[in-house]
Amino acid sequence: MKKKNPFGRILERDQGRRALSFILITALYLIMEAMMRSGNLSSLFQSLLVPVCCYIVAAIGLNLNVGVSGELNLGQAGFMSVGAFTAVCVSGYLSASVPSGILRLVLAILAGILSAALFGIIIGIPVLKLQGDYLAIVTLAFGQIIKSLITNMYLGFDENGIQFSFVENKTSLAPGGKMLLNGPMGATGTEKISNFTAGFILIVLSLLVVYNLIYSRSGRAIQACRDNRIAAESIGINITSTKLLAFTVSSSLAGAAGALYGLNYSTLVPAKFDFNTSILILVYVVLGGLGNMTGTMAATIILVLLPELLRSMQDYRMLIYAIVLILIMILTNNDTVRTNMTRVKNRIFAKKEGRA
Amino acid sequence: MKKYGLMKKCISAALSLSLMVSLSACGGAAPAASGGASQGGAAAIKIGGSGPLTGPAAVYGNAVKAAAELAVEEINAKGGLQFELRFEDDTHDAEKAVTAYGVLKDWGMQASLGTVTSAPGAAVSQMYQDDGIFALSPSASSLAVIYHDSDNASDPYGNVFQMCFTDPNQGIASADYLQSHPDLGSKIAIIYKNDDNYSSGVYAKFKSQADVNGLEVVYEGTFDDSNASDFTVQLKKAQDAGADLVFLPIYYDPASLILTQANQMGYAPTFFGVDGMDGILTLEGFDTSLAEGVYLLTPFSADANDDLTQNFTKNYRTRMKDEIPNQFAADAYDCVYAIAQACEAAGIKADMSPQDVCDALKQQFTSMTFNGLTGQNVTWSESGEVSKSPKAVMIQNGVYVGVDD
Repeated sequence: MKKKNPFGRILERDQGRRALSFILITALYLIMEAMMRSGNLSSLFQSLLVPVCCYIVAAIGLNLNVGVSGELNLGQAGFMSVGAFTAVCVSGYLSASVPSGILRLVLAILAGILSAALFGIIIGIPVLKLQGDYLAIVTLAFGQIIKSLITNMYLGFDENGIQFSFVENKTSLAPGGKMLLNGPMGATGTEKISNFTAGFILIVLSLLVVYNLIYSRSGRAIQACRDNRIAAESIGINITSTKLLAFTVSSSLAGAAGALYGLNYSTLVPAKFDFNTSILILVYVVLGGLGNMTGTMAATIILVLLPELLRSMQDYRMLIYAIVLILIMILTNNDTVRTNMTRVKNRIFAKKEGRA
Repeated sequence: MKKYGLMKKCISAALSLSLMVSLSACGGAAPAASGGASQGGAAAIKIGGSGPLTGPAAVYGNAVKAAAELAVEEINAKGGLQFELRFEDDTHDAEKAVTAYGVLKDWGMQASLGTVTSAPGAAVSQMYQDDGIFALSPSASSLAVIYHDSDNASDPYGNVFQMCFTDPNQGIASADYLQSHPDLGSKIAIIYKNDDNYSSGVYAKFKSQADVNGLEVVYEGTFDDSNASDFTVQLKKAQDAGADLVFLPIYYDPASLILTQANQMGYAPTFFGVDGMDGILTLEGFDTSLAEGVYLLTPFSADANDDLTQNFTKNYRTRMKDEIPNQFAADAYDCVYAIAQACEAAGIKADMSPQDVCDALKQQFTSMTFNGLTGQNVTWSESGEVSKSPKAVMIQNGVYVGVDD
C-alpha cells in the first residue's frame, strides 16, 4: 500500500536521510569518545570537540531558517552571543548555590535558549510581517547592536546583591564580589562546565526538534510559505506566525549553541560574535546544502577542522582554506559532479534493493 | 558536445584530486618547528607560544615571534642548553588560542611564552595550570591572565607569569608620574577605546589613581572599533574644556590619527601615552614630526645606548626588513632569555617532564633577578606579576629620549 503512494515514498526516502544523520553523528561521537577514553585523541582534537558541536547546532538552526523557511538571517552570531552571555552570567551567579556542574550547565543552556528565543520573537514579529529581504537587514543590524550593547554592560554581584551599570562602570563590589560582565573584557573566570557529551546531546536534540518540525503540519506550512507566499496565504496559512515559528526555533538553537560555547572557555569577549562569525555559520549552511542537515553537519566539521589541520602550512593556511572553500562551492554546484554523485548513489541503492 | 563533457569531467576530476591531495598533505605533514632547532644532535628544551600572526593584531604576534626566534638562535649559538621554539597563530581569539595550545601540547612543549594578547591568554591560563606547564607571557597584560579571580586580584594560577606590566600598574604609574610632574599639564583630558580591554583597563586605574592624587580630569572621551578614524569631536571637546594634557591609553594606530587631527585643528597640548603608544615612530605613512614632544611610559626604547639594546635592535632590523623593534618584541626577547637563565640555574634537562620543568622554573622565577632589555633587576612575585620600573621617555627629533625623574 505504502509504496503506491508517491508521497509515502518521499517520506520514506526522507526518513532514510534523517536516520543517516543520526547514525553518522552517533558513530562520530562514539569513535571520538572511545579515542578520548583510551588516550588516543590528540589535545588539538580534544579542544575542537565542543566548538564543533556548538557550530553544528547553530548551523542546524540557521539552516531551518535559511533553507526550510527561506528567510536570510545574517545575525546568527548575535543570537549565539545572547545565549552565551546569558548562560555565562547564570552559571556564574549560580556557582555557589548550585554546585553540580551538570545541573548548572542544563540551567544555563535553558536560560540561553529562552533569552535568544525572546530576542527572536521581538525581532521576528515586526520584520516577518514584511515581504522581502528585511529579515536579513534587521538581523545584520541586530548582530552589531548586541555586540555594542554587551561591550558596554557591566554586571556584577556580591553579598549585597546584583549591580548593573551601562556605558560607564559604576559598579563597586564588596571584596569577594564577582563581575559577571565586564564591558569590553566580557566575562572572565568562567568555570568550564561544557563537555563533549553535552554537545552531542544538544546536536541530537536539535536534530530531533528540527526534523519533527519540518515533517509536521507546521513544517509543511513553513515550506509552503517559502515556495509560494500567495498560494499559502490563499489556503489560510498565517504567514507571519508560521515564519516566526521557524525563526524563533532557529534563534533559540543559536542560543543553545552559544550557551555551550560560552561555558567551554574561561573567558568570552563580545567581539567574538561579530559579523564574520555570522557569515561563517552561513557558509557552513550554504556549503552543506540548504535544507540538508546532514550536509550542514559535514560542512561544519570539515570547515572548522580544516584551518587547524593546515597549521603545518604556516603562512599559507588561510590561502589554502580559501581555495578549498571556493573549490567546494564550485564542485557542489557542478552538474557533472552532481550527475556522477547521483549515479553512484543510484548504483548503491540499486544493489541494496537487488539484495533485498 | 561529447568532447566538452569529457573535458569538464577531466577538470572536475583534477580539481577533486588536488583537493584530496591538499587535505591529506595537511593531515599527514610533520609539525614544522619554527626558530632555531637543536644543533649537534643535543636534545632541545621545547618552548611553545601563541599569538596573532594573522588578522588585525598580527603586528604584535609577528614582532613577538621574530624576537623570540632571534633570542633562541642566539642562545643556541652559544652552545650550552639548547632550545626549540614553536609559535602558533591564535588570531587574537580565545577559541583559536585553545586549539593552538592543543597543537603545542601535542608537540610536547615543556615551557611556554603563553599568549601575546590578553583575552586569549585568559582562556589558556587554566589549561597551563591543569597540565602543569610553565608560561611566561611577553605581553598579555590583563589581570585575568594570571589570576582566577581577576576582580579581586586573588587566587593566582601560580605557573603563569608576565614579562610586561599589568594594565592597572600602567594606569597607576601614569597618574603618579603626572602628579610628580605638574609642569606637563594640570588639566587632563583622556581619550580611550572603550571596547578594548587593554585601553579601558589602563583608563579605569588611571582615573581612580588620578582622583587619589588630586589630578584634575576635565574631559573623558571614548571611541570604539567602528569610529576609530575621526577624533575631531573628542579633540574639540578636550580643547573647549581647556585641557593642556591629553592622556592616551591606546595603541599607536589611533594615537597617530589623534596627533594628526590635533595638529590640523591647531590644538597642541602635551600628549601622554603608555606602552601601547610604542611603535608610533615606525608607523608607515605617519609624519613622525607630529609625535615630537609626546611623552610615554614604556619599559623599552629602541634607541637606548646600552650594548644589549643596540645589538638586539641591529639584529632584529636585519631579520625584519629594517623594522624597528617595539616593546612587544623586546618583552618576548627578554622572556626567552629569562626562561633560559632560569633553566641554566635550575639545571633543567631536555628530557624532563613539563611538570618537573614547571616546578623548577616556578621556584627560579620567584627567587631570581633578571637583567634584560626591558629593565634591570627584574623580579617576579609568587602570583606571577613582574616588578620593574617603567621609564618615561619623550620623543625628540624622532627618537626616544629618557626623561629624568
